[in-house]
Amino acid sequence: MELLYAMTTGVLTACGLYLTLRGRTFPVVVGLTLLSYAVNLFLFSMGGLTTDGPAIVSEEANYADPLPQALVLTAIVIGFAMTAFVVILAMRARSEVGNDHVDGNKEDRE
Amino acid sequence: MTLLWIALLPLLGVLVPALTAGRRRSYCSLATAVLPAVVLVMTLLNVPALLDGEQLRFSATWMPELALDLAFRLDGLSLLFNLLILGIGLLIILYAHYYLAKDEPFGRFYAFLMLFMASMVGISMSDNLILLWLFWELTSLSSFLLIGFWSHQSDARKGARMALTVTGAGGLALLAGLLLLGDMAGSFNMSDVLASGDVILADSRYPLMLGLVLLGAFTKSAQFPFHFWLPHAMAAPTPVSAYLHSATMVKAGIFLMARLHPAIAGSELWSVVVSLVGIVTMLYGAWFALIKTDLKGILAFSTVSHLGLITVLLGIGSPMAILAALFHILNHATFKAALFMSAGIIDHETGTRELKQLGGLKKAMPVTALLTTLAAAAMAGVPLFNGFLSKEMFFTESLATPVLGGLSWLLPALAALGGILSVAYSLRLVHAVFFKPAREAPPKTPHEPPHLMRLPVEILVALCVIVGLFPAFMATGLLDLASQAVIGSPLDFHLAIWHGVNLPLIMSLLAFVVGIALYWRHGDVRRFTQQFAKVDARRVFERILVAMGYRAERFIAALEGNSLQRYVGWLWLGALVMGGVGLVQITDLTGAAGNQDIDGILILGAGMLMFGGVATAATHRYRLISLLMLSVVGLFVALTFARFSAPDLALTQLSVEVVTMILLMLALFFLPQKTPRESSPLRNVRDLLLAGTLGLVVASLNYAVMTRETLSISSFFIENSKPGGGGYNVVNVILVDFRGFDTLGEITVLALAGLAIFKLLNRLRLFIPHSDGEGRVWSPDRYPAVLTSIAMTLLPLALLVSAFIFLRGHNQPGGGFIAGLITAVALILIYMARGVAWAQERLDFPFQPVAIIGVAIATLTGLGSWLFGHPFLTSAFGYFTLPLIGTFELATALLFDLGVYLAVVGATLMILANLGKVTTAHRPVTEATEKDADATAASSTPQEPR
Repeated sequence: MELLYAMTTGVLTACGLYLTLRGRTFPVVVGLTLLSYAVNLFLFSMGGLTTDGPAIVSEEANYADPLPQALVLTAIVIGFAMTAFVVILAMRARSEVGNDHVDGNKEDRE
Repeated sequence: MTLLWIALLPLLGVLVPALTAGRRRSYCSLATAVLPAVVLVMTLLNVPALLDGEQLRFSATWMPELALDLAFRLDGLSLLFNLLILGIGLLIILYAHYYLAKDEPFGRFYAFLMLFMASMVGISMSDNLILLWLFWELTSLSSFLLIGFWSHQSDARKGARMALTVTGAGGLALLAGLLLLGDMAGSFNMSDVLASGDVILADSRYPLMLGLVLLGAFTKSAQFPFHFWLPHAMAAPTPVSAYLHSATMVKAGIFLMARLHPAIAGSELWSVVVSLVGIVTMLYGAWFALIKTDLKGILAFSTVSHLGLITVLLGIGSPMAILAALFHILNHATFKAALFMSAGIIDHETGTRELKQLGGLKKAMPVTALLTTLAAAAMAGVPLFNGFLSKEMFFTESLATPVLGGLSWLLPALAALGGILSVAYSLRLVHAVFFKPAREAPPKTPHEPPHLMRLPVEILVALCVIVGLFPAFMATGLLDLASQAVIGSPLDFHLAIWHGVNLPLIMSLLAFVVGIALYWRHGDVRRFTQQFAKVDARRVFERILVAMGYRAERFIAALEGNSLQRYVGWLWLGALVMGGVGLVQITDLTGAAGNQDIDGILILGAGMLMFGGVATAATHRYRLISLLMLSVVGLFVALTFARFSAPDLALTQLSVEVVTMILLMLALFFLPQKTPRESSPLRNVRDLLLAGTLGLVVASLNYAVMTRETLSISSFFIENSKPGGGGYNVVNVILVDFRGFDTLGEITVLALAGLAIFKLLNRLRLFIPHSDGEGRVWSPDRYPAVLTSIAMTLLPLALLVSAFIFLRGHNQPGGGFIAGLITAVALILIYMARGVAWAQERLDFPFQPVAIIGVAIATLTGLGSWLFGHPFLTSAFGYFTLPLIGTFELATALLFDLGVYLAVVGATLMILANLGKVTTAHRPVTEATEKDADATAASSTPQEPR
C-alpha cells in the first residue's frame, strides 16, 4: 500500500513539475495546482496511512495522526489562495503585456 | 539593574528629539540633552563601586538559541568609553544647536545622533559577543544616516555609501570572526571569552579568527588600506565629523582590539600584523595630512594617523603600551574633537574650508585662534599639553619593545618620523589659517561665533591643558581602572611631565626641529608630491562597485537569462540535488514498518490519480481538457483523504476543488484556449528528465518515511483535545485552539490574497472572446432553466448544511473552513445561474469587509484571553443548559471559528465575484442581441462547447 501511495505521489509530482517548466502561464498554474496536490498527499502521509480510523476521539487506539491533517487542511486552503492569486496575476500580465508567456516579453507566436 | 538603564536609556533617547521636533529648537536640544546627561551621571555614580573592585554585570537571557544574551558590563574600559561618548556627545549637541542652519530638520539630526550614541554605549558595555556585534552594526547604520544627512549633496550620498560599504563589509567579517571566537572559547559571554585566552591561542583556527576580527576592527578604525572611507565621510556636517569620525566611532575598532586583548592578543602574529598595519597607517595618514588643502581633509588624515599610532601601541601589547594607548584615546578625542569643532566654526563663519581662501583670521577671530592653536599644540605633542604625555609614552614603548627582532630599530625610527610629520601638519594648520596672510578673500566676512557655540571647544581645550599640566591628578584614576580592565591586573605607573633627559625626550625635540623645518620647506614638499598622478579613492571605489554590479548582472544573465523557465529549472535541480544527497545516506529504502496490504479499490484509486496526473500534463496544450483532467486528480485526492481516515480533509479538499475549478474555468475564459507548440524537443526531453527524476526522488522519500515508525507529538493533542480544548474532533481543536495562531496567520494570508486580487482586477483591460478555441460561438442559452431552479432551491439547503457543519465542527468532522467553503460555493452557484447583475442586486455589499471582519473577530478572540490574564489565543469552554434544547457546549473556540468562517466566505467571494464582475463592464457588442448586455461570463464559461 505504501509503495503504491508513494508511486502516486511521485507521478503527480513529476507531472506538476513538468508543467511548471512550460512557457505559458496557464499550464504553469495548472502545474502548481497539481504540485500542491502532490505535496498535500506527501505531507498527509507523514503521519502514516490509517485505515478505518475513528473520526473523533474515542476509546479506540487506532486514531489517525491529527497533526498532519490539521497542517494539510490549512495547506489546502492556502493552496487555493495561491492558485487564485497566480491565475489572476497571469490574466493581468496578459492584459498588460499582450501575451501569456511566463517571461512576459517574448514575441507572441500564437 | 542600573547597568541595563545606562545601556538602554540612550536608545530611548532616540524618541525624544523625534517627539519634540515640532517645538522650538532650543527646547528640542535641551530635551535631547537630558537623557545623555542622566546616563552620564548614572555612569559616574557607579565609579565608587568600580574602585572597590566590584564586578558590575547585568545579564538576562534574550535568545538563548542564538547564544544572544542581554548582557552588559561596566568596567574601567567601558567607563573610559562611556565618559568619552556621553561627555563629548553632550558637547556636540550644544555645538550642533548652533551649527545647523535654521531650516534644517534638527529633530531628525538629533534622533540619528542619539541612535549613534546609544549604539556606541551598547558596544562599550556589551558583555556578549553577539550583542556587541549588533550594536557594532547599528553604529555603521547610524553613521551612514549621519554622513548622508545632507542628502541633497552628491558628495554626502557617495561618502555615506562608501562608509557603509566598507564598515558594513568589515562588520560581516567581524561577525564571522566573533562566531569563530565564541566557538573556540565555548561561550559567547565576554567574561568567559576573556578568561580563555590560552585555549583560543592554541586553537588551529586562531589565525583565521584573528584575521576576520581584525578586518572588522581595521575597517571601522580606518586602518590602511581601509582608511579611504574616512576622508570621504567628511561630507558629513561637522558635529558628526567631530563626534563620529574623530572621538568615538572610529575608536570602536580600537575599543574592540583593547576589549578582546586578553583573549586574542598573546601571539607573535598579532604583534606583527597589528603594529605593522598601525605604523603604515600612521605614516600614510600623517603624510596626506601634510599635503591636503581642505581643513577637514587635513584633520581627517591626521585622525587616520593618530588611529594608526594607537593601533601600534595595541600591537606592541606590553602593559605600559596599553596604558599609553588608552591615554592617547582619551587625549586624541579631546584635542581632535576641539579641532574639528574649530574647523566647523571657521567654515561656518567664513563659508570655506579651503586653505587657499583662509588666512590671517587671528584678527577677526582671536579667541577661536587661541583655542585652535592650543588644541593643535596638543596634537603636535608640545610639552605641557596632554598630547605630549601620551606621545612620550609612545616613543618609550617603541624603544622598549622588540617587535620585529633584528629590525627592532625600525619601529622607533618610524615613530619619530610620524612625530616629525605630526608637528609639521599641526603647525601648518594653525599658521595657514590664522597667521599667514590670505591669498584670496573668503566668501563671508569672518567674525567670532556665538559664545555658546565656542563653549564646547573651550571645555575640551581646557581639558587638554589641565591634563597636560596635572596628569597624575587628572587621569591616573581613570587610566588605572581602564588598564586594569584590559590587562587584568593592577598596573604600577606614574604619569609625570618630566622624566629627565632620556631618549624619548630627544626624539620629541628632534621631531620639533625637523617638523618646523619641514613646514618651512613646505613649498618644496608640495612641488615634490605634485609630480605624482593623483589617485582619487572615491573614483576607484565607485569604479569597482560598478564593475562588480556589471559582473553580477552578467553572471545572472548567463545563469537564468531573465527566463522564468530556466530559473524554475535551476530551482528544481537544486531540490533534486538536496533530496538526492539525503536519499544516498539512507542504507535501506524500506523501513522496519514495511508495507500494508493492498486491495482492488486502492489500485483503482491510485490508477485514476496517476492517469489524471499524466493526462493533465500530456494534454496541457488543450487547456480545457487539461483542466478537466486536473479536476479528476482533485476529486481522487479527496477520496484518498476519506480512505485514510481524514474526513475533515476530504470535505475541505472537495469544496476547495469546486471553487478552484470554477475559478480556473473563469480565468481560462480570458486566456488563450490553447498553448502553442514552442518548446524544442531537446527542452522537452530535458524537462521530462528533470521532472521525472525529481518525482522518483519524492516517491522514494515518501516511501522511506512511510515505512518507518514515526515519532509523533500528536499523542499530546489526542489526550488533551477533550480535557483541554473541549472538543472531540482533534483536527478542529488543533486548528482553532492548539495551533490557533497558525490558523490566524493563514486566514490573514487568505484575506490578503483576496485583497491583492481585488487590486489586480482594478482597471483590468480584458479581451473577451465571443467564441471558444475552435471558433464556436458560446451557447445563447445563458441561464439554463434547470440550473437556475436547482440553484435557487439549493441555496437555503446549502446554507443550512454549512451552519450545521460549522456548529458541529468542534466535535464532529467539519468546522469553519469547510462551512465557509460550502457557503461560498452555494453563493457562487447563484452567481453562475443568474448572472452577476442579478446576484449583485440581491447581495449588494462588498465582500472585502466580510473577510476583514472575519480576521478581526479571530484576532479579538485571541486578544480576549489577555483580559483574563491568559496568553494570546487561550480558549475557554463551558456547558450550558437551555430548556427544551438540553445541555450544550459553548467554547470561545467557536467564536474563533466564526472568524475563520467569515474570512473564508469573504475571501473566496471577493476573488470569484470580483472576477465575475470584470466581465460585465466590457461585454463585447457582438452579443448585442441579448437584452441583458451586462450579463456575466461566469454563466457561459463552464459550459462545454459540445
